Amino acid sequence: MGKGDRQSGEAVIRVRGLVNRFGAQTVHDGLDLDLHAGEILGVVGGSGSGKSVLLKSIIGLNRPAAGRIEIFGRDQAQLSDAEAKAARRSWGVLFQEGALFSSLTVAQNVQVPLREYFSLSQELMDEIAAYKIAMVGLDADAAPKYPAALSGGMKRRAGLARALALDPPLVFLDEPTAGLDPISAAAFDQLIMGLRDTLGLTVFLVTHDLDSLFTVCDRIAVLADRKIVTTGTIDELLHCDHPWVKEYFRGPRSRAALAARTAQAGQNGRREG
Amino acid sequence: MATRAMTGERPEEPRLEIDAAGARLRLLARGDWVIDSADRLERLAGAVRPLTQTRAEIDLAGLRRLDTVGAWLLYRIERALAAADIAVDYHYRTDTQRRIVEQVRASDSACAIEPPEEHILLTLIEDIGVATVRIVTDFGALLAFLGNVFLRIGRSILHPSRIRLTPLVHQIEVVGFRAIPIVGLLSFLIGAVVVNQGAVQLRKFGAEILVTDLVSFGFLRELGGFLAAIILAGRSGSAFAAEIGSMVMREEVDALKTLGINPIDVLVLPRLVAMVLVLPLLTFFSDIMGLLGGAIMAWLQLGLTVDQFINRLAEMSLLRELYIGLIKSLFFAGVIAISGCFQGMTVEGTAESLGRNTTAAVVESIFLVIVLDAFFAVFFTTIGW
Repeated sequence: MGKGDRQSGEAVIRVRGLVNRFGAQTVHDGLDLDLHAGEILGVVGGSGSGKSVLLKSIIGLNRPAAGRIEIFGRDQAQLSDAEAKAARRSWGVLFQEGALFSSLTVAQNVQVPLREYFSLSQELMDEIAAYKIAMVGLDADAAPKYPAALSGGMKRRAGLARALALDPPLVFLDEPTAGLDPISAAAFDQLIMGLRDTLGLTVFLVTHDLDSLFTVCDRIAVLADRKIVTTGTIDELLHCDHPWVKEYFRGPRSRAALAARTAQAGQNGRREG
Repeated sequence: MATRAMTGERPEEPRLEIDAAGARLRLLARGDWVIDSADRLERLAGAVRPLTQTRAEIDLAGLRRLDTVGAWLLYRIERALAAADIAVDYHYRTDTQRRIVEQVRASDSACAIEPPEEHILLTLIEDIGVATVRIVTDFGALLAFLGNVFLRIGRSILHPSRIRLTPLVHQIEVVGFRAIPIVGLLSFLIGAVVVNQGAVQLRKFGAEILVTDLVSFGFLRELGGFLAAIILAGRSGSAFAAEIGSMVMREEVDALKTLGINPIDVLVLPRLVAMVLVLPLLTFFSDIMGLLGGAIMAWLQLGLTVDQFINRLAEMSLLRELYIGLIKSLFFAGVIAISGCFQGMTVEGTAESLGRNTTAAVVESIFLVIVLDAFFAVFFTTIGW
């Protein structure tokens, strides 16, 4: 599957006319956004532009002032409590620092959603925790550790294992590589791409990491002026004329990340050829 | 993508047909092999027995949906057969099925769920050792902190121009002024309760009038200072620890040090001095409010007029009791401020540590206030006051 044909999938998330206000401050004003099945959509925006508020509105942690949010075709505002709980099964969320429960070990953290939704045998739950932990690239000896004993990168991986515990088709990642060293960040990018391909995930990725944007995202949505000003592939955004987009994608750091991607692509090409 | 679970869809019952007639053992998986049916899947997987065949095939052609849990249980079958020296092949319908099964197989690595449990005796001994070391080192750190504080107090006295007035005034407002309503209300209520309950007991001796002695001695000597100290320990001791602790966490204290500013001067001394200035005042206020509550309760319950109440107070020599209360409050203030600031300064970077130290500041200062109070009770009685 190439990057191009992912965009044709049906819309997993459809946001229309989203308005969010806090007091006199309007964060979003008529925001529209589509996330297609099987794609990795990167959401970028300046600090304070409301990326996290958008994420929280979609996953139901924040009630918008107006607008319609559909996930898998169902209007989230119309769901009963029981339906909303059932709907939450179909997505996993990785919070910024992993948000692991500090009183539980990594393996127990992964088992929390399993316990909440199903009554599985302890043996199967332990096995599920073990393979999920291995799947996100953690060593088996990280499983019985408490989150306080983990490094930043390991916490994100453990958080991802918990987010994937119920095999959701959709995952939300909130700045998963922020604060990681470049090696861990690159490894995490690879992990996300690998899992997307094997598990067929649809990924909503809030990020600031230009390298992540260039390597993992199929499409990028730019949040500025209280709405999504443009969406498109990197190449499309590089030719976008919106001033903020221009500054973001044609700034020195962006050029460096782009150069790195081009160099890597060239190398891969040579190796394959 | 169409094989992926979408919301609200009821899973189809999973089935496993076993065809043992041929040369290879054929296992045909049907329905939805997803986590929703995990119980049944486990039973299906457990029912597979190796027979005479040396080869087996798991056929997924009739499978509707597969998630990693379903794939894991297929893998369990594969593992059980492999253990009986039966080679297993898969027949996939889609590429997605193959990827999921291969991913799960590659992720097979058993792990412990909880850290290994140690012997209870060993942990007991370890805990005792750790606690002992901590008490000794904490005590050493406290002494060093106290020494530092006294040193800075000395320097401030020698160079009074360097005393920071703005934070001092701010602390006086926060610690003292804003505590007035709560101290007043609680003292008033306790004063009323002392009279109310005291009258019931004293009536047995026909000595109801002595409730004035009870409430005045009680408040001036003990309760006033004690109440004010407990309230400030809960209100300000915890705030000191939390404020200074969060500054330590955000490296603000380190920033102060690199700028050549002594954190004790700007963070600890204003709080300590404010507390020492304010607590005696609040003690006095608490005394007055306690007496007022007592007087009103005596009037309501016993019909004692305020005049009579005040006359009775004037007959007693209460000045000494007032002094005892005020002297004690100075020490209470020192203990509360020092333990709050010390706990704040020893926070270690994590949010848990901040919470722990804030709790410790309150518990420690209330504990020390009670211990000091007991000590003073014995001391003043011994010297005949």
